[in-house]
Amino acid sequence: MNKIEVNNLTKIFGSHPQQGLKRLKNGEQKSEILEKTGMTVGVNQASFAVKPGEIFVIMGLSGSGKSTLIRLVNRLIEPTDGEVFIDGEDITKMDKNTLIDTRRKKLGMVFQKFGLLPHKTILANVAYGLELQGVSKQEREQKAQETIKDVGLSGYEDSYPSQLSGGMQQRVGIARALANDTDILLMDEAFSALDPIIRKEMQDELLKIQNKLGKTVLFITHDLDEALKLGDRIAIMKDGRIVQIGTSEEILENPANDYVSNFVKDVDRSKVLEASHVMKKPEVLLTYKDGPRVAVRKMEEAGVSSIFVTDKEKNFKGLITIDDAVKAYQNNIPMEEVLITDNIYSTSPATPLNDLIGIAADVKYPIVVVEDEKLLGIVSRVSILSGLVLGKEKDEVEST
Amino acid sequence: MNYFYFPLEEWTNDFVNDWLLPVMGGFFDSISVPLRSFIDGVTNLILAIPPEIIAVLLILLAWKLAGKGTALFTLIGCLYIGSVDLWAETMQTVAIVIVSTIIAIIFGVPVGILSAKSNVIDKIVRPILDFMQTLPIFVYLIPSILLFGLGGVPAVIATFVFAAPPAVRMTRLGILQVPQEVVEASKAFGSTSKQLLFKVQLPLAVPTIMAGINQTIMLALSMAVVASMIGAPGLGSIVLSGISTVNVGLGLIGGLAIVVIAIILDRITQGIGNKL
Repeated sequence: MNKIEVNNLTKIFGSHPQQGLKRLKNGEQKSEILEKTGMTVGVNQASFAVKPGEIFVIMGLSGSGKSTLIRLVNRLIEPTDGEVFIDGEDITKMDKNTLIDTRRKKLGMVFQKFGLLPHKTILANVAYGLELQGVSKQEREQKAQETIKDVGLSGYEDSYPSQLSGGMQQRVGIARALANDTDILLMDEAFSALDPIIRKEMQDELLKIQNKLGKTVLFITHDLDEALKLGDRIAIMKDGRIVQIGTSEEILENPANDYVSNFVKDVDRSKVLEASHVMKKPEVLLTYKDGPRVAVRKMEEAGVSSIFVTDKEKNFKGLITIDDAVKAYQNNIPMEEVLITDNIYSTSPATPLNDLIGIAADVKYPIVVVEDEKLLGIVSRVSILSGLVLGKEKDEVEST
Repeated sequence: MNYFYFPLEEWTNDFVNDWLLPVMGGFFDSISVPLRSFIDGVTNLILAIPPEIIAVLLILLAWKLAGKGTALFTLIGCLYIGSVDLWAETMQTVAIVIVSTIIAIIFGVPVGILSAKSNVIDKIVRPILDFMQTLPIFVYLIPSILLFGLGGVPAVIATFVFAAPPAVRMTRLGILQVPQEVVEASKAFGSTSKQLLFKVQLPLAVPTIMAGINQTIMLALSMAVVASMIGAPGLGSIVLSGISTVNVGLGLIGGLAIVVIAIILDRITQGIGNKL
């Protein structure tokens, strides 16, 4: 079951939201509705689902409705229309007490400007969620103490938020959300107010926490690099609409429209592209049972000087060069003996291109992409470079 | 411009004479009696304490909350009031200020909270506050004698009407000034509206509310002279008799005593607001 499921969620700000909704459903655009009625469409029929343990990133520029969207998920803002299921229960239909209970037990939240209580100590801030639930002082402070330690702030329990740096304050914000032991973390531009180095550190920290605790994270950001780094899947928002949902690769390789491709055009591809994206099927393949004679002929036909060898199950065995094949044919040596198995670099399909650039420059033969012993494809120096360069050029052509 | 005659004057008089006084008289008495004993209680209490003890307490309070300078000023001020022989009158005035400030807080803070939470209530309350602050004092000072008799009670009522608005306005402002994200954070972690109010909004609004209460106290003091016209005891009556007998010196010593007490109360209440 999905942890969070959002169906056709809509928020219209203004005096007659229902009337605006009708226009929206008749296909009128956000700008038309603003012009004709003065009402602002915050979120326009957004639908998505977040699986347990997934980091789902919603990315968009300011004004795209992403902050409104995350506030609709825990009903800090009342939706105009649509459904939000948290663990299968529709939060939009809950009464006040059930809503409060759901927020306490299921939804932690981290805010862009931290949202800490300035009049309470760090310890009391982290314990705040438990305090609201009526947990005893001793118990909640013990729990808070542990969580403070987890985020690396031991020793600051009695400080006040204003005495801490931004990065530390956000650690408090995260600790506060973790102390409640909710499965879901809602993070609204949680790292956007931090400077780049701290931001990177916090991103790594979040990935670590998520790895350890398996939280389901709904993360809002305007920063594509952040989205690509953190997101198992990414939804891109524009004008209140979700324009594309996909993994980082899907979004980079197949931007749904100009808006998305404009976004992704400046991304450093080497960090995002993986071996599997640039690998090619080897043009000719030899199986074990083929003799040297077949090898020479295949290489001659394809005009290449070496050929990869697999067994019947496509398990990767090695490589034969034209010289060795000819020698084997003339001297009647079996193929196995001229097979080159060392000096061949093999890698998994998920290896980032970044890691392969240096290797590709050093090795004599193309890099082999192997999964479970099976040969998936080869990556040559040419394909790495063209993947980096051409990908970018392609985008630029599309966006102009 | 008189296209028709609007008999507001006659209506009001009929309303007061035929209904308010005969019918509601008992109701006003029921306010008047406990209020009078409240004022008398406070007055008698602070008059029963030796002036030296009150002076020392005030000086310590000023030192702790507002620093050495104010403490020194308080010392000189208390010596002055004692040496012009106005201690009892000063305490009577302070008693009226205390009582009307307490009532203003009891009424003002909750109304301020409600008007911060609801736009409808704010729309209703706002013109009433404007009315209370700008209607010339004498317009309700005279009727309040009719309803409550002479002395401290109408003085407290009139002072309350004049001095309560800042408490309401500043409470509302203080609550609305709490950063949106802090309020959202509290809600997101599942606070009830009561928890939100008492754990977040009110604590964070306290400095602003204190500024309002400080204003209330100042306005209450400034009413002291006016209220003496309807028989309120205290420094006001000294100033009034100074004026009416053309005794400039008497007017001056009474007036200075009011200024002294105003400065002391202002610094101390500001100090409370800053410390919180």
